[in-house]
Amino acid sequence: MIEIKNIQKTFGERTILSGISGKFLPGDTSLIIGGSGTGKSVLLKCMIGLVKPEEGQVLYNGRDFLTGDEDTQKAIRREMGVLFQGGALFDSKTVLENVGFPLDMLTDMGTAEKIDRAKFCLQRVGLEAAADRMPSEISGGMKKRVGIARAIVMNPKYLFCDEPNSGLDPLTSIKIDELIREITDEFKITTVVITHDMNSMMEIGEKILFLYQGKKLWEGTSSTITKSSVAELNEFIYANKLLRDTKA
Amino acid sequence: MFLARYAQNRSIFTVVLLLFVLMHHLGRYFIFLGSLFRNREKLGVYSKLVLEECVQIGINSVFIVSIVSTFIGAVTCVQTAYNLVSPLVPLSIIAVIVRDSTILELAPTITCVVLSGKVGSNIAGGLGTMRITEQIDALEVMGINSSSYLVLPKVLASMIMFPMLVILAGFLSIYGGYIAGTAADIITPEDYVSGLRSDFKPFSITFALIKSVVFAFLISTISSFKGYYTSGGALEVGQASTAAVTNSCIAVLAADFLLAQLLL
Ligand SMILES: Nc1ncnc2c1ncn2[C@@H]1O[C@H](COP(=O)(O)OP(=O)(O)OP(=O)(O)O)[C@@H](O)[C@H]1O
Ligand SMILES: [Mg+2]
Repeated sequence: MIEIKNIQKTFGERTILSGISGKFLPGDTSLIIGGSGTGKSVLLKCMIGLVKPEEGQVLYNGRDFLTGDEDTQKAIRREMGVLFQGGALFDSKTVLENVGFPLDMLTDMGTAEKIDRAKFCLQRVGLEAAADRMPSEISGGMKKRVGIARAIVMNPKYLFCDEPNSGLDPLTSIKIDELIREITDEFKITTVVITHDMNSMMEIGEKILFLYQGKKLWEGTSSTITKSSVAELNEFIYANKLLRDTKA
Repeated sequence: MFLARYAQNRSIFTVVLLLFVLMHHLGRYFIFLGSLFRNREKLGVYSKLVLEECVQIGINSVFIVSIVSTFIGAVTCVQTAYNLVSPLVPLSIIAVIVRDSTILELAPTITCVVLSGKVGSNIAGGLGTMRITEQIDALEVMGINSSSYLVLPKVLASMIMFPMLVILAGFLSIYGGYIAGTAADIITPEDYVSGLRSDFKPFSITFALIKSVVFAFLISTISSFKGYYTSGGALEVGQASTAAVTNSCIAVLAADFLLAQLLL
């Protein structure tokens, strides 16, 4: 379980996040939604320790991540897998080497075993054919998928995905959503996903946090999201005319 | 009167401000150097990386270093001959001058200034790109000390390869002088070789190698520092590369002067 308490973050004069709290449970796919520039990625970076909030706590099963000693931090880090918004693949390594990289660095597996594991993860995102290509030779959506493969290669306890299906076609996008939900259920992972995608919101949103200008305005599930009375949230989910018509 | 005092106060203020800025950057630089050795990975991880960097930094620079040093030797020979007008001075002195200026100054310093352009911009550009595309973040999230993982191999590889490149540059520069001198009928091969052999101080070789190791450290760490702390986008990566080259050039020349004062 991940618990965040009262996260506060400013960059210079600008307050990006104020007083955000929430709980993310194992086996659940929790979504963070909100418009562009509202601080979703910054919140995620606070949770994974890349950005230090001025105030607040991030607890991984009760272990304080931000103020914990180096060993605790390292232990927690090895339990998480992160997909960055841009994929963040190492551009000097092939796709397969990218996926296998955490295994190389953090485990004592033998070479054959590592390659098997990396290939298996690539297969799950449907990219076994691209194993020997360089990141510069694959498309943006493929980079995303390789990023997911790399994030799950270590069997993480905590999985963070920053917009896993932006830039993907609808079909692949659904496949990725299914993959995320599958592994979350199967391995009881605590999964946090940032998304704009209405489809995945409805499909995998067991828990949803709505951010608006750095504040948490609403929290609920995919079944209650359409019934909320928060004006900003309604504006966000009914931006699409088709959906607006179905509501009316 | 008032204006003069105002101007004076302002210049003092500027100097103090500049000092503060300098101290700030130096402090950050030294903290960065410290972070390279804290919490690093197993040594086995580095051997392969160092080898890769040796190719990237060393082997890939052989061509440019060869060209530059050969021409510099040739030019030194021709210009020295041009300056020697007295018939009383033996011609072999040309070779002595080519040899000494090459070993003491031209081979180590010019080579390293050239390398600060080639290697420095390469290091800073590479690390800057990794920073802005979140590759460094990805390493950190895995619990890997990104600065030591990425930077330490570059520093080690530079400190291994730069001395070799300087030795190569020294040979080629002296050889370039030989070719130019004999081809232009300035000096006979016998005179050149006897000049090379006369009055040789072996310490100058040691001195050149010490310089190259120090320069390697300065160039690789300063460029890494600039690249590692890039923020923003592609524009900033370009700026970081430029800053890496200018700062490491200045550092190399300052260190050159200091080492000459200290060791010669
Ligand atoms: N390192 C930084 N320094 C200064 N400001 C930043 C930094 N990182 C993010 N910001 C600002 O914080 C705000 C929130 O950014 P963030 O990346 O979290 O948005 P987002 O909700 O993820 O948007 P998107 O959906 O477009 O990815 C933005 O206005 C951005 O300018
Ligand atoms: Mg974002």
